[in-house]
Amino acid sequence: MHENEKLGYDRREFLRGSTAIAGATAAGVLLPTGISLAQQAKLKVGLMLPYTGTYAQLGVAITNGFKLAVEERGGKLGGREIEYFTVDDESNPAKAPENTNKLVQRDKVDVVIGTVHSGVAMGMAKVIRESGTLWINPNAGADEVTGPLCAPNFFRTSFSNWQTTHALGKVLKAKGHKTAVFITWKYAAGEQMMAGFKEGFEKEGGKLTKELYVPFPQVEFQALLTEIASIKPDAVVAFFAGGGAAKFLKDYQAAGLKGKIPLYGSGFLTDGVLEAVGDAAEGIETTLHYADGLDTKKDKAFRLAYAKAFKLQPDVYAVQGYDAGQLLAAGMDAVKGNIGDKAAMIKAMEAAKIDSPRGPWTLSKSHNPVQDMYLRKVVGKENKVQGVAWKALADPARGCKA
Amino acid sequence: MDFAFFLIQLLNGLQYGLLLFLVASGLTLIFGIMGIINLAHGSFYMVGAYLAWSLSSLTGSLTAAILLAIPLTVILGMGLERLLFRHLYQRDHLYQVLLTYGLILVFEELRSLIWGDDVHGVAVPALLSASIPLTENLSYPVYRLAISGVCLLLAAGLYFLIQKTRLGMMIRAGASNRDMVQSLGIDIKLIYMLVFALGIALAAFAGMINSPLSSVFPNMGSQVLIICFVVVVIGGIGSVKGAMAASLMIGLAETFGQVLVPEAAGMIVYVLMAIVLVWRPEGLFGRA
Repeated sequence: MHENEKLGYDRREFLRGSTAIAGATAAGVLLPTGISLAQQAKLKVGLMLPYTGTYAQLGVAITNGFKLAVEERGGKLGGREIEYFTVDDESNPAKAPENTNKLVQRDKVDVVIGTVHSGVAMGMAKVIRESGTLWINPNAGADEVTGPLCAPNFFRTSFSNWQTTHALGKVLKAKGHKTAVFITWKYAAGEQMMAGFKEGFEKEGGKLTKELYVPFPQVEFQALLTEIASIKPDAVVAFFAGGGAAKFLKDYQAAGLKGKIPLYGSGFLTDGVLEAVGDAAEGIETTLHYADGLDTKKDKAFRLAYAKAFKLQPDVYAVQGYDAGQLLAAGMDAVKGNIGDKAAMIKAMEAAKIDSPRGPWTLSKSHNPVQDMYLRKVVGKENKVQGVAWKALADPARGCKA
Repeated sequence: MDFAFFLIQLLNGLQYGLLLFLVASGLTLIFGIMGIINLAHGSFYMVGAYLAWSLSSLTGSLTAAILLAIPLTVILGMGLERLLFRHLYQRDHLYQVLLTYGLILVFEELRSLIWGDDVHGVAVPALLSASIPLTENLSYPVYRLAISGVCLLLAAGLYFLIQKTRLGMMIRAGASNRDMVQSLGIDIKLIYMLVFALGIALAAFAGMINSPLSSVFPNMGSQVLIICFVVVVIGGIGSVKGAMAASLMIGLAETFGQVLVPEAAGMIVYVLMAIVLVWRPEGLFGRA
């Protein structure tokens, strides 16, 4: 029975859908063609991603990755073709509810894929929690989404902020560092990464001597670099991204700290900025769920296919988008395209073992990837893998009651 | 914080303040003398930085890039004044806000089309790439000190231009009574065009010489825009002297704020602005 592809998950929709099924079944007895027509109805996929602004490239990489996963399956998931609905969320949290409603209410999509910015994701969570639509989040790392806000229909194929720095505690301990200073922007993602690191480092007996915050999105670091020099910790851990990361790396070197106090970071510190910073990043070690030079069969095949299809080198965001496609495919295959059978679909997605370019991963109870965190080191223009910093790291999902 | 580090932080604060002055001086000229609220000021800063990046990768030298880019930004400023801003002098501020907000969007889109959305780095000129060791683990980049020197020179130059030259006299006269100046036979249109182009060029120049320190990235202009307005408001609208005093105050407040009260670092500048406005609503050096 595939007539209910329009079936959303709120009660009104459900009732309307059921009537449609009943009607169509009755009609189907007389008109068998009715069913075959319905079988070809397309799966409605809503892409809510940034296509303009600072994060535009990330939105494009995620979209490309997702479409690559679909194309590899002959353009169909669970036997159904895909119809895309696209909304540019502009990374604007204020517009998040409105934009989400465009997909959920107006276009009545079956599944929402999005987004990059954590603030926007929090807005989406509110709307989608009410509509019950299936949601796969291919980036935004806010701990809350798979924490206090978790829900059966929420899935994430990227990371939680906590995950990206938690493994660093072990790394620092292994290098013999006993004290560290953490420096980041004062906003949610920065504070969550700081907390993830602190917990991991203190568990290993390390001491986080000072937390240094720069107002977001300022990039004047000179005062805090001076402060670091006066504290003299064994190591510095940082989270910045994009232009801020590039500037921080260069300032750290210019202040003469590089080579005197070793710098570590969440992987985003050295992702996408190596062209810009020259040798200022050389040798810096970070943890993330993806790296250059993984050299697995799956990763090689993915990189080749991506480069061929889009004339671009894939990055961690493309991988996350690709895995969003793979996760959706796992669910759709299990219910043979009948996305109305939501319970069975969610169960199949929960049990899926995703063969990702980053390495295989599964989902935690709160629907966040349980994945290997790699230790990477900047060598030339690459974040070269050094090894696995933490095997199968799971987010603690604090506050998740679903 | 021992005394040596206190002195280094003092240096940091002054250096940051001078840089703020450089970025804000163009805004204070356009705002104060012409009465134009230029929200696109940050965009010209961005244009300067991107020009410095693209021309320095073409020519291989930042100095050459800056020398090439300055005339370009002056022409851009004059062109915009002739085509757009000239029609808005007599209108309400709301029209200027609309126009310049539109320009922000246009410049961001053009930037995306021409230069893409990547983060880029600009190399510090080899001559200035050294660092001076200050303590056992901290050194000070020579380039930052050089920028401070340039800022001071520029400040002196602006002061001289506006207070001591004939052109400066006409500019000041035009600011207080446009019609009277015109009826005395002075080409006020030309003067306004020059002032506007100078303001734009100053913003772009700040973007250029700051590009090796800040990197070049999308939306970089919006970050400096707000702080520039704070400088102009604290210093008093149109006062170059005030802009200098306000820049240094903000530089010091932010530097020491970040170190001493890290939790409230983002607020300090605005608290400072509120206090100044309560005490002197027209700003430190503004005319009531």
